[in-house]
Amino acid sequence: MSATVDDLQAIADRVVAQAGAGEQIEAYVSRGGETAIRIYEGELEHFVSAQSEGVGIRVIKNGRTGFAYAGTLDPAAIAEVLADARDNVSFGTPDEFAGLAIPDGVAQIPQKFWDEELAHYPTDKKIALTKELEKLTLGIDDRVRVDEANYDDGWGEVAVATTTGIRESGRGNSCYVSVSTLADDEEETQTGFGFSVGDSPKDFNLRKAAREASERATRLLGAIKPPSKRTTVVLDPYVTSQFISILSSTLNGENAAKGRSFFAERMGDQVADPRFTLVDDPTNPLAYTATDIDGEGLAARRNVLIENGVLKKFVHSSYSARRLGTVSTGNATRGGFAGSPGVGCLAMQLVPGTHTQEELIASIDDGVLIQMVSGLHSGVNPISGDFSTGASGMLISNGTVGAPVREFTIASTLQRMLLDIVAIGGDVDWLPSRAHGMSLVIRDVTMSGT
Amino acid sequence: MSLRTDSPLVDPDVIARVLAKGRSTGAEFSEIYVEDKRSTSAGLDDGKVEQVTSGRDRGAGIRVIAGDTTGFAHTSDLSERGLLAAAEAAAAAAKQGDGGVHTIALQPVFRHPVNTIVQFPDTVAKARKVELLQRADAAARGVHGAIVQVSAGYGDSIKQILIANSDGIFSADEQVRTLMRVSVIANGDAGMQTGYNSLGHTIGFEVFDEIDVEELAIRAAQQAITKLQARPAPSGAMQVVIKQGSGGVLFHEACGHGLEADLVGKGSSVYRGKMGELVASPLVTVIDDGTMAGEWGAIGVDDEGHASQKNTLIENGILTDYMWDYIRARKEGRKQSGNGRRQSYADLPMVRMTNTFVTNGSENPDDIIRATDHGVYVAKLGGGQVDTASGDFVFGMVEAYLIENGEITEPLREGNLIGNGPQVLKDIDLMGNDFAMGGPGTCGKDGQGVPVGDGCPTLRVKSMTIGGTAA
Repeated sequence: MSATVDDLQAIADRVVAQAGAGEQIEAYVSRGGETAIRIYEGELEHFVSAQSEGVGIRVIKNGRTGFAYAGTLDPAAIAEVLADARDNVSFGTPDEFAGLAIPDGVAQIPQKFWDEELAHYPTDKKIALTKELEKLTLGIDDRVRVDEANYDDGWGEVAVATTTGIRESGRGNSCYVSVSTLADDEEETQTGFGFSVGDSPKDFNLRKAAREASERATRLLGAIKPPSKRTTVVLDPYVTSQFISILSSTLNGENAAKGRSFFAERMGDQVADPRFTLVDDPTNPLAYTATDIDGEGLAARRNVLIENGVLKKFVHSSYSARRLGTVSTGNATRGGFAGSPGVGCLAMQLVPGTHTQEELIASIDDGVLIQMVSGLHSGVNPISGDFSTGASGMLISNGTVGAPVREFTIASTLQRMLLDIVAIGGDVDWLPSRAHGMSLVIRDVTMSGT
Repeated sequence: MSLRTDSPLVDPDVIARVLAKGRSTGAEFSEIYVEDKRSTSAGLDDGKVEQVTSGRDRGAGIRVIAGDTTGFAHTSDLSERGLLAAAEAAAAAAKQGDGGVHTIALQPVFRHPVNTIVQFPDTVAKARKVELLQRADAAARGVHGAIVQVSAGYGDSIKQILIANSDGIFSADEQVRTLMRVSVIANGDAGMQTGYNSLGHTIGFEVFDEIDVEELAIRAAQQAITKLQARPAPSGAMQVVIKQGSGGVLFHEACGHGLEADLVGKGSSVYRGKMGELVASPLVTVIDDGTMAGEWGAIGVDDEGHASQKNTLIENGILTDYMWDYIRARKEGRKQSGNGRRQSYADLPMVRMTNTFVTNGSENPDDIIRATDHGVYVAKLGGGQVDTASGDFVFGMVEAYLIENGEITEPLREGNLIGNGPQVLKDIDLMGNDFAMGGPGTCGKDGQGVPVGDGCPTLRVKSMTIGGTAA
């Protein structure tokens, strides 16, 4: 990473130095803080200011793995964590592929993760800009109320060390604002949201966040439940981002190795429309989840996963790579000190097309623009591929956007949807998500309503 | 839940000084929440016990309220110095007025005795926990040759909490949870299908004296095998029969969230202003009950130190109450309802459900199916999601069948159902007499997850939209 965090690295080094004969140890040490501000009706509703820290230790011996963590950097507690992790080793089943990452010589691509201006940004200005966001949102349309306006920032420092020679540390910070809205019309209320992300608050586009939050809510007023039929859907960039994110688990090398991905036996096959090229590229600084190292401390890198619709690659950690006889793609993931590494895409990006959303819609005789989806966790099964989500949006007829619709679902299977992609928009939006978004047109999707 | 020790996590004299520091900038309320949680989890996948994990989470959150402003800070440093620093930060965040000196007399609070723990999980050898996973794996694989993958997880936690506030409340609880889950994949001609089953209770390891791990795993495996023959779910509105147990998720989404007083207070609930009105079919009585012994959402005290309660929210279709936390109850000048909960010491409390369920009606569940010409039988619900302002909600069906001429026929593939909360509650036309609680759930709100239970008898909704693909 871009800077070293000496004291955390020293703690990680001290843990690793205690390794005994035949013992692999990994220590992951982190510290972070957050500010959360919420404004309601012009007043500060809450202000949260907090710090946390912790350590996670993985021990591997004779192919068996044990793990323990604690939310403190107290030396006595760290000693207890190491002892617990060692104790836990004895309960694992020996696995010939178990092991820590080994430095692979791939160079990190330097990026900027720390913003000095954000680190020193005064609290009263954070509160003032959140109040401004609420005010701007209220000023657009009389029917719109603000449910809450939020400012959130966070910083983190991390160090990782292993007996195999990994030694990495770094720090980063980020901030965003968000606003959620309610639009009323007689007995009916609809909701919307808007947000803006930046390296520091100077990057925020409060007007855009306010306008989107207001429009999302008011656009749906008067929405009806549409009739059921097969149709063409245009996914808004925000929805496309959610759709692409689901594919992460099917492109996960560990899932492929364990027969948990429907792509497992499809390498080299045409699995998507030829217009569809999907890369995972955390080295792209525009990506919200950009990083220079993965969860095991290897350099992050650009990987082409699906090229012109052909399945080219799974993402791997060092473990899943060993299982499939290949090398890590730098895709170990980690949920902080309390978790051991998994595998996943880090920053998913589609190669964009050239058309605007308006142009895409102009080419559709009959369809629906999907503005929001719900129940992605309950109605999408990335193992079987069944896809069904709640949705709201606007009908499209003869190339123009018409009446708002809500309380319906869209359904197909992930396998079919990838092949049924008709067009990919050029309207790239770098959302605060592990996948960016753009308009995506998919045909032959079932809309279920009345 | 039973406390094994009388010694508090933090000395009461220190707590009194921390609470006083919290009010030093003039705030009318200060609160400390201290947590010490030890957990063990173990995971088996692909035939191997992959990893046993031990966890320790310990810290305190200090909340200070001045007028309508809440200041909050948390720390993992439980020394007096660490706690005073957090209290000062929270007080500064809520700064208002001139401050002054406050003395606080702490009084112990009644703690609802949820149930007695027989075998604390930290007294059980890890080898016995790992063995459960291996038994589940073997049982699931033994069901059918088409079972190609099994993943099983075990988890337990013992969380000691202490809550004290400047109103004089001083309460403590020890919350024990034991959980097991099994996920299975079956492979057939039409691709892979999944099965899932779980159990979770607020009791100790003795839960495995009563619950058969093999049975849990076999049910998950059978679900996956059955779905290998599943046809695409229908598309469009039809009659829906929901089986006892996990069907409680329907009410969690259709009205539970909308009855949380914080959402009601901000006018983002369709149930605002409906107190005393008929909001559901007269067959519907909805209760939220934090005292339900052994259930996943059971708590001795809520995370604001208030004893858990059994609250009737909807009685025979009439809206009788919302759920309340400290802030919303104070604003309305009424009592709390034991629903102030938080994910951890690092989070602010808010209004949350505990165990939410619908009480029995009079119908025999078989008669409900027989009375249905053409519809869908949802035997197991997955999660759901709701927009409380519009009332639109979805829930997933992970095991479902077609009903044709009063008979359960073919299995269906997965999908979401969608409906509008108030409309669906009114459209419930048959209520069974076979009430059961469902499996353990985690309810997400504003970025925080808390354990909850749901339950219901078998019931019928006369029309809901099935989000499948078949005409």
